[in-house]
Amino acid sequence: MCNDSKCDKQAFQKSRRKVLKGLAAGIGVLALPAPDAAASVWETFFQKHFRELTRDELKKVLARLESNYSKEFGQQVSVKATPPIEGVKFGYGLDLSRCIGCRRCVYGCVTENNQSREPQIQWIRVLQLDKEKGVSLEHAKHYYNPPEVPTEGHFYMPVQCQQCENPPCTKVCPVQATWMEKDGIVVVDYNWCIGCRYCMAACPYGARHFNWAKSKLPKEELNPNTHYLGNRPRPTGVVEKCTFCIQRTREQPGRYPACEEVCPVGARKFGNLLDPKGEIRYLIENKRVFILKEDLNTQPKFFYFYAT
Amino acid sequence: MKNIWNFFKGTLVLTARGSTAYYCWVFSLLALMVIGAFAYVVQLNEGLIVTNMRNQVSWGFYISNFTFLVGVAAAAVLLVIPAYVYHWKPIKEIALLGELLAVSAIIMCLLFVTVDIGRPDRFWHLIPFVGILNFPQSLLAWDVVVLNLYLTLNLTIAVYYLYNLYYKRVPNKNFITPLLLFSIPAAISIHTVTAFLYNGLGARPFWNASILAPRFLASAFCSGPAFMILVFFLVRKFTRFQIKDEAIQKIAELIAYAMFVNLFLLGAEIFKEYYTGTVHLAPMQYLLQGLHGYNALVPWIWTAMIFNITAFLIFLIPNTRRNNTTLILGCVLIFIGVYIEKGMGLVIPGFVPDVLHEIYEYLPSGLEMVLALGIWATGLFVFTMLLRVAIPIMNGDFHVADDGVGSYIGDQMFLVKTKDKPQPGSKPGDEIAAADD
Repeated sequence: MCNDSKCDKQAFQKSRRKVLKGLAAGIGVLALPAPDAAASVWETFFQKHFRELTRDELKKVLARLESNYSKEFGQQVSVKATPPIEGVKFGYGLDLSRCIGCRRCVYGCVTENNQSREPQIQWIRVLQLDKEKGVSLEHAKHYYNPPEVPTEGHFYMPVQCQQCENPPCTKVCPVQATWMEKDGIVVVDYNWCIGCRYCMAACPYGARHFNWAKSKLPKEELNPNTHYLGNRPRPTGVVEKCTFCIQRTREQPGRYPACEEVCPVGARKFGNLLDPKGEIRYLIENKRVFILKEDLNTQPKFFYFYAT
Repeated sequence: MKNIWNFFKGTLVLTARGSTAYYCWVFSLLALMVIGAFAYVVQLNEGLIVTNMRNQVSWGFYISNFTFLVGVAAAAVLLVIPAYVYHWKPIKEIALLGELLAVSAIIMCLLFVTVDIGRPDRFWHLIPFVGILNFPQSLLAWDVVVLNLYLTLNLTIAVYYLYNLYYKRVPNKNFITPLLLFSIPAAISIHTVTAFLYNGLGARPFWNASILAPRFLASAFCSGPAFMILVFFLVRKFTRFQIKDEAIQKIAELIAYAMFVNLFLLGAEIFKEYYTGTVHLAPMQYLLQGLHGYNALVPWIWTAMIFNITAFLIFLIPNTRRNNTTLILGCVLIFIGVYIEKGMGLVIPGFVPDVLHEIYEYLPSGLEMVLALGIWATGLFVFTMLLRVAIPIMNGDFHVADDGVGSYIGDQMFLVKTKDKPQPGSKPGDEIAAADD
């Protein structure tokens, strides 16, 4: 397995750079009168894979994105690339005995992560399940819409990216545009993804979403605090997914993911799995816990539990 | 090289000439290609939202066609094996046509993948060393490698062979035989890799069955040769090229075996799913019976089943196999039957119900169909052009002129109804002046 950034870097970097320079020079000559806008287009076109950018190149890329987004949305937008924190592996807990199915997490996520409003993209799907049938996806209702939740005889199960430790989606990507970071978050380089959607076929949780059309995001609804691998506005034709709010959780001091913060009943727990005294470890060790589709050996870091 | 340039120029002249039927055929293909190109421009501007694919069913008509056509391409091997492994002469004379079909089918495959991806402008990310090809982890990376390899291989063999024939030279056996023999495992590999691409996904129980790759191969050995037989009949009817009955009969016999294996494997799959009756039965139910009132694929798959079984019987019974009318009918039935079964019938149930058991019923949008039609037209156009050059060369109607520079073109018309008579209007011996050098 070649999940570390180490081995691919060595293999590809040197030869690629030469060829790319040649290509860029060749095509640069073709586009002779290149005004600033065109230069930015070419830079975007020939941008290298995120993990192969040197520190200086990354700075330039972030600056370019910031200026493009700021222009597009008419406000100052910041694009960070905060790296993972040493000794941290994120895990999520969801208390099924508390969840009331209100979907505030769904919309909290959309607002925080700048998803397209039309067509709608949502990273969290809340399922309504029958108490009699238990956790049975076959009997799940996806588009329940009663005047009030919870309804009699039902319980609710939000599903989002399970941040698998053994992710089937990253393995299948033909261009390594998606990978697991050191802190366990599975991310996508939106500028490298070719949009083949093989990862969507491979994901057992329906966690990956495709930008079928140009995303519509009203200027006033933009969250200007963004991360390169997270909630920056996405181009058309690429795949996106939950990143445990990478733009919040990697900060120091860290912030909780938006879905965790917005939950009115405290059903959502988030923390560092490597911290033996952390809340998430306590839950795993002391509550009745299960993971979704355990038999597929995806090893999710998203734990469903019953606190009561 | 001047020789290559002269040969190339000759082929251009040749493709530009033909009967009215030839022109009608070529221009209708070109028209469909133009319409398809317009559809693609619309899709590039609007995004893939113009298709009916959505997050639940993230692959659709394009990938279905791709999967089917990989099979058609792989099937050329069914002609190569008897011809070059067993040195059976009647098929050796026509094996080249199978390779040309493989070339055309692979080109269609590559086009279908191209129109399916969201960012075709980033295709260079797939080129090894320039981009990052995730080899050997991703099966899609494997597919990119083997498809291109197979295309190059078949193109090399065909062009090299025809080029030598044109210059009345004997092809170098030491060069071409190893390539031909290598094309056998290469053909099997393109289809196996494509099957593994689906097969390796634990998330999709409908595909996650080890029987998938053998089933792919078995059905490929039906559809591709069936198409070849149809082409042979057309070639025999409309050109002066001779194809022996025994060659066609042998291929038909092989199709019968392949179809038997295909039906058997399908039966094994259906038994396993229905008898165990786990939750993994749902996609199979959706395909064969409909699920919770959703049954868009049901009439199609049963049509395919009836077609395949009927064709199997036609090919099995000697009397119907030897009768050209029923033989042609059988070929048409197989081609349509496998197209449904290995296309939409294989891809869509992988997504319905989706991984969270939501049912989104998919049927291609109008634009998807127009674009797909454009790609089919492109493939048939490429195949026609290849045949337009290959058949006169193999007939001896197109070769280097006596001066060793220009081209001799004997067959001016190409597509004409023929009963071994020299065609009216053709002027044998028409020579094209050599290039002024």
